[in-house]
Amino acid sequence: MSILLNVENYKVYYRTLSGYIRAVDGVYLSVDKGKIIGVVGESGSGKSTLALSLVLPKPPMVIKGGRVIFDNSIDMLNLNTNERRKLLFTRISIIPQYSLDALPVIKKIRKLITDLARDKNIDVEELLNLFKERLKTVNLPDRVLDMYPIELSGGMRQRVVIAISTLLKPDLLIADEPTSALDVVTQRQVLELLTDLRDQGIIRSLIFITHDIAAVRQIADKIATMYAGKIVEIGDLESTITSPLHPYTSLLIKSVPSLEVSYRTKTLRGLGGIPPSLLNPPEGCRFHPRCPYVKPTCTREEPPLVKVGSSYVACWLYSKR
Amino acid sequence: MIYELSEDVLNLKNVSKYFYVGLIKRSTIKAVDGVSLNVKKGEILGLLGESGSGKSTIAKLILKILKPTRGAIYYRERNIWEIDSKEYYTRVQGVFQDPYASFNPRRKVLDILIDVLLNYYPKIERSKAYEVINNVLEKVGISIKDVVNKYPHEFSGGQLQRISIARALLVKPEIIIADEPVSMVDASTRIDILNIFIELKKEGLTSVIIGHDLSLIHYVSDRVAVMYKGQIVEEGPADILLDPLHPYTKMLLESIPRIDKKWSTEPQYKILPLEIREKTYGCVFADRCPFKSKKCVKEEPPLIDLGKPRVKCWLYQEA
Repeated sequence: MSILLNVENYKVYYRTLSGYIRAVDGVYLSVDKGKIIGVVGESGSGKSTLALSLVLPKPPMVIKGGRVIFDNSIDMLNLNTNERRKLLFTRISIIPQYSLDALPVIKKIRKLITDLARDKNIDVEELLNLFKERLKTVNLPDRVLDMYPIELSGGMRQRVVIAISTLLKPDLLIADEPTSALDVVTQRQVLELLTDLRDQGIIRSLIFITHDIAAVRQIADKIATMYAGKIVEIGDLESTITSPLHPYTSLLIKSVPSLEVSYRTKTLRGLGGIPPSLLNPPEGCRFHPRCPYVKPTCTREEPPLVKVGSSYVACWLYSKR
Repeated sequence: MIYELSEDVLNLKNVSKYFYVGLIKRSTIKAVDGVSLNVKKGEILGLLGESGSGKSTIAKLILKILKPTRGAIYYRERNIWEIDSKEYYTRVQGVFQDPYASFNPRRKVLDILIDVLLNYYPKIERSKAYEVINNVLEKVGISIKDVVNKYPHEFSGGQLQRISIARALLVKPEIIIADEPVSMVDASTRIDILNIFIELKKEGLTSVIIGHDLSLIHYVSDRVAVMYKGQIVEEGPADILLDPLHPYTKMLLESIPRIDKKWSTEPQYKILPLEIREKTYGCVFADRCPFKSKKCVKEEPPLIDLGKPRVKCWLYQEA
């Protein structure tokens, strides 16, 4: 299978007065063409930094190393800001977190589209027609064009953001918590819409970033678990959900209550503990302070990402020292 | 079940809250529209609804932050607006969605907790105050050592939400109204926060927990009420959520992402696009309902009593 995006040993830090915050610290990730990959992790695991830095890194973000190859030919880390901007919307696009607030409130949607046309040197009328077509795909009426973002409900605004970010048929769409502020009914509509966009070929591949593993389970083909700046497990959706390898993935899955459970019949337990500080992450495996299977090696040495079956996992339970 | 025998501690009788918007063209938003609801002693009542359903307005009405436009709320048969606020807040306390917004960011957490105590018990001694604080923090699973000398931003969302529950417990309330207490907490720690309410129930606390996540509300509640556009559309024991009657609740159930299976490819309850109508007659859900008949758009259904559950839908008229 061909790979659209390949990320190797990728490091993105934030410069602060008390030192570097190692938000993304040696990430390996590959995105297959035509597939949806879900990146799941708690808040503070570095998943949003990963998303933003792949699209357009901005200070105080510093890319500290690694390789990011897009479509087998473009070495992303060798591009300057202008070259990256050229890729934006046409090759790589993003639905940012808090995208409900991403639209400027005092501009009509029409103005946003004409601005985009000017920026990309596309005929305005042509782009407006394309946008009207895209509005149909996301199930919104044409009159949205002449509305202000504040006139739209949360779900409608999210669909406008999706329509804009997929307007120029990007190969890769990165959706950062696209549904966290939406109701369950709207959440389902938005997630199914993202799948439709892939199926219709409007986007090629999707990186879906979320803390909700149950939402990933609905639409993804592959799932990557992120913990404290690292990808600790990547595998096919079904096998990861039914038999997760990494103890963290397993605990994440268990922390989702199944519908039938009530406290009157069974007491559930959450994950327990808190994610580590990325300013000063723990020695060895970063999950070891919360891990039920911790052994001496885990506290000293970092586990490598190794292949187990069809998955990859970074855990000493699966590697020999 | 035990709760059937117990008394009502809160009673909402036909409560409405309207907001008037616009300067020139005045329009009315019915945030809460004729809600009658009781809360029984010692139970956990779950209030389920999407954003805009009026569930947070209900919390604000019970907490005397807003005054009802119509109807009244009674605490043990006394209208809450006739009870002195300070006295009322020793009986009923609130926990809110965003813990960072509910603490003054410039003050140390421990100082905030002491101030709350001094406000209600001005003569409390310092050592006694620490004892009380230690006690409530223990109940939410936090050690006082972890709180000393810390500001709110130094805690994670989940920890700070625990502390805000502890703050509500300082005055030994009878009832806690928790408005979306876990929606800003990481998915992996939500259950642990809800377990606190279950532990507190064993000590006799009554809770009203407001949320939009059907499986979490089902997990924590004894009884549930489902809200849509300011009205209660279905109400009954928590188990009604597993096999709901109202088309809206069915739609909610169908939409939640489950870890054990994927959504069926075709939703059984096709979600109709939401249309904004100038004026609504009849059932509030009619414009999205797949089962609507002519009657639904003309006439508002009553809350039909089916023994245990009560449901506001013409489909159950005969029953």
